[in-house]
Amino acid sequence: MKYLAFPKKKQQRVASEVFKATRRDFLKAGGMLAGGFVLGVSLFSCDNKGNKKGPFAPNVYLKISDSGEVIIIAHRSEMGQGIRTSLPLVVADELGADWGKVQIVQAEGDEKKYGNQNTDGSFSIRMFYKPMREAGAVAKQLLIQVAAKRWDVPVSECDTESSQVIHKTSARKIGFGELAGEAAELPVPAAKDIKLKSRAQFSMIGKATSIIDLPAITSGQAVFGIDAAVEGMKVAVIKRCPVVGGSVKSFTDEKTRAIPGVLQVVSIKGAGLPATLNKPLAGVAVIAENTWAAIKGRDLLEVTWDLGPNASYDSNQQIKELVQKVSGGEGTPRRNRGDFKSARANARKTIERTYIAPHLAHATMEPPCALAVVKDGFCEIWACTQNPQGARDVVAEVLGFPVEKVKVNVTLLGGGFGRKSKPDFIVEAAMLAKQTGLPIKVQWTREDDIHHDYFHALSVQHVVATIDKDNKLSGWNHHIAYPSISATSDISVMQPDDGEMMLGAVDFPYDVPAIRIETHDAKTQLRVGWLRSVRNIPQVFAIATMLDEVAEARGMDPVAHALDLLGPDRNITFNEEIVKGTYPNYGEDIANYPWETRRMKAVIERVAKESGWGKKLPKGSGLGFAAHKSFLTYVACVVRVTVDASGKISIPHVHYAVDCGTAVNIDRIKSQFEGGAQFAASFALKSAITFKNGRVEQNNFDGYEIIRMPDSPKEIHVHIIDSEDKPTGVGEPPVPPFAPALCNAVYAATGKRVYQLPIRLNG
Amino acid sequence: MVEALEDMPLLWVLRDLIGLKGTKFGCGVAQCGACTVHLNDTAVRSCSVPVSAVGENKITTIEGLSEHGDHPLQLAWQKHLVPQCGYCQTGQIMNAAALLKSNPKPSEDEIEQTMAGNLCRCGTYNRIKAAILTASSGLKS
Ligand code: FES
Ligand code: FES
Repeated sequence: MKYLAFPKKKQQRVASEVFKATRRDFLKAGGMLAGGFVLGVSLFSCDNKGNKKGPFAPNVYLKISDSGEVIIIAHRSEMGQGIRTSLPLVVADELGADWGKVQIVQAEGDEKKYGNQNTDGSFSIRMFYKPMREAGAVAKQLLIQVAAKRWDVPVSECDTESSQVIHKTSARKIGFGELAGEAAELPVPAAKDIKLKSRAQFSMIGKATSIIDLPAITSGQAVFGIDAAVEGMKVAVIKRCPVVGGSVKSFTDEKTRAIPGVLQVVSIKGAGLPATLNKPLAGVAVIAENTWAAIKGRDLLEVTWDLGPNASYDSNQQIKELVQKVSGGEGTPRRNRGDFKSARANARKTIERTYIAPHLAHATMEPPCALAVVKDGFCEIWACTQNPQGARDVVAEVLGFPVEKVKVNVTLLGGGFGRKSKPDFIVEAAMLAKQTGLPIKVQWTREDDIHHDYFHALSVQHVVATIDKDNKLSGWNHHIAYPSISATSDISVMQPDDGEMMLGAVDFPYDVPAIRIETHDAKTQLRVGWLRSVRNIPQVFAIATMLDEVAEARGMDPVAHALDLLGPDRNITFNEEIVKGTYPNYGEDIANYPWETRRMKAVIERVAKESGWGKKLPKGSGLGFAAHKSFLTYVACVVRVTVDASGKISIPHVHYAVDCGTAVNIDRIKSQFEGGAQFAASFALKSAITFKNGRVEQNNFDGYEIIRMPDSPKEIHVHIIDSEDKPTGVGEPPVPPFAPALCNAVYAATGKRVYQLPIRLNG
Repeated sequence: MVEALEDMPLLWVLRDLIGLKGTKFGCGVAQCGACTVHLNDTAVRSCSVPVSAVGENKITTIEGLSEHGDHPLQLAWQKHLVPQCGYCQTGQIMNAAALLKSNPKPSEDEIEQTMAGNLCRCGTYNRIKAAILTASSGLKS
């Protein structure tokens, strides 16, 4: 047995500071030159008293040019969540800028300049909301100072609007451009003197703002990874070893080379084992003049593989073995409260269930692809990446270049969901470009994507719930087994790591006297990565469907039951009960972001009210409920289903209530929840990856199905709790509660409990 | 004029040889609709149409759907803030445009059946449907 403790990254306190940047800083950051003034915001870590300890993260830049344009460097990757819009709008709102004149420049990957850019963990808004506001507010204050002096009026009589400073009493106006040069000469106000807008003064924050890339998207002009191109570019398509950890023994490429347009055939040495989270798989690349020739050539390659130790991997077999393990005995304790054994011994009723969920692929609509140019000891990349710095570091390592000699440009992402945090496909392009001296675009086909993903791993869980003679839930024992993400980097890891356990398992928030959470060994014979909300998906599937059964056994309504189990208003820390390590709380200090039962109860009450919970429904219809906090955001969900005689499930309504603190862009919050419900509907109803003989059995969207319009949830209502709390992310939190709410609804409609995903009502 | 292998799918001719990149690659096997274009007035999956089958027929891609990106569907897409990542959306719009040409007032059910071939992993289906209804309400039946 081995599991990795969550990397002892201390929960950091972070503060920010606005500073006057030099033009050189801004230029280096990818901005345009010409007059005006430039502000930077730096984030640094600090101690409990707020004293600066050292650089934490990015400098974000804001520039106002002499012609009045406002240019903001966006340093997070855009993949549909709207971050390229939401962070700049925060700056623009505080500044009083004309949104139509705001330009957004996508930053390259550079840790020194932008800090951690890895766009995952529903983190961007949480970290950058306040610094972005401060940058806007400082710029506004400086511009007002210049204007007030010109007019010889007090600054208190001035405000900004539509990129102008206005003198409220005389209605005089001066555009930002005319003030920018002089504003650049003024000192930046001290942090305590920065005046932020009150909530009532916001013009954009908390409202619906259309994403900046919208017209480009609808007219087909938006540039995704697949659209990046340079002069003389060639396309590489790769035949990768079908089994993780295998290698190329030999290959024959006569037929391949006979295809017109095929230029070279090059073998790629893979990472072997461990497969790693950033290096390529072993394979043979076909480089051609165009994509079609490369695909055809690749398909004609004959490769003899050394398949390595995973060649017999059978995922259905693994599920069978894990079912035995999780239901058969003691595992490694991960959280312990009270005495579960005695709860069990004294139980009036014991409910015991096993829950199974399959491997999943991300299947971003844009398959992975990257373009690399290596020339004169410098490597430039264009890629749809969530993690430009991670890509930069590993490319430098693999090419043997200093990091300064690698530049990663971020395109739009045609979906990310965690897949594009892994830079393996970017490394492929860089290696091939270096080796051939040609600009190379590596294009993955859909089959490549389905076969060689960093999968969301299958899981098997066993939950034992005990009800005592007073009809109280007296004990909760959750057994968990799945291939761990950590094992992708260290094959000796056999059990879930602490990071995975905090995603809905050890942070079980219900006030049950005896809680015991245990993990069991599961071997990892595939590449495992994180997929939108990660382990929250299976862990909450088990927990929230079991709670529905417990409620029924106790003769209680599921919503009333959840409210009751959460207990009185309190902040939970979990720490005392976690057997090893501490509760990571998504990397945030739990004093700043406590686990508040009050907020959870509020979303539950809200969703019950909005969804008409408790209503009598016709036969074949049912409502199901689940609630879950993840990524610091509180979510409750009610799903309505109808099930016809053939077992076909339709989802006419979904209601979500969410507390994500201050809502920044209402429309993008709603769209993330709508998309989150659809994403979850896919794996709840359709998707599964299976392995046989070490190989993935599905090839494309015919075998690996995702939800299509006719079967998709219809009305998705999102109710946002009005809050002035610190904002938290919404990319992942919609996903976990959906599937259990759906399963519970299916039970309400049919009387059939669901213990395995995807749901199959017949057979 | 471009020269291509006979069996090269129209998709790659458009993207790689002509440089019209609004048409996207999602599956290559007519399963996702990202590559949808019009062959005359019919929606086809360009990944599965060999260029030799095009002949003299007229091909319309997203770039040619409207002059200024202002086809009623494109405007409706903006009004309903449909896209998330945006990758599937040109294919969705082209498929919907062919639908409205043959059936200017489709029912919700007709929309769902026609759009079933277009996947959106970001899950924008309900907004797509609303946008099609909006666009169709401005059209004459
Ligand atoms: S790429 Fe043509 S249908 Fe998917
Ligand atoms: S908007 Fe991302 S796939 Fe449709």
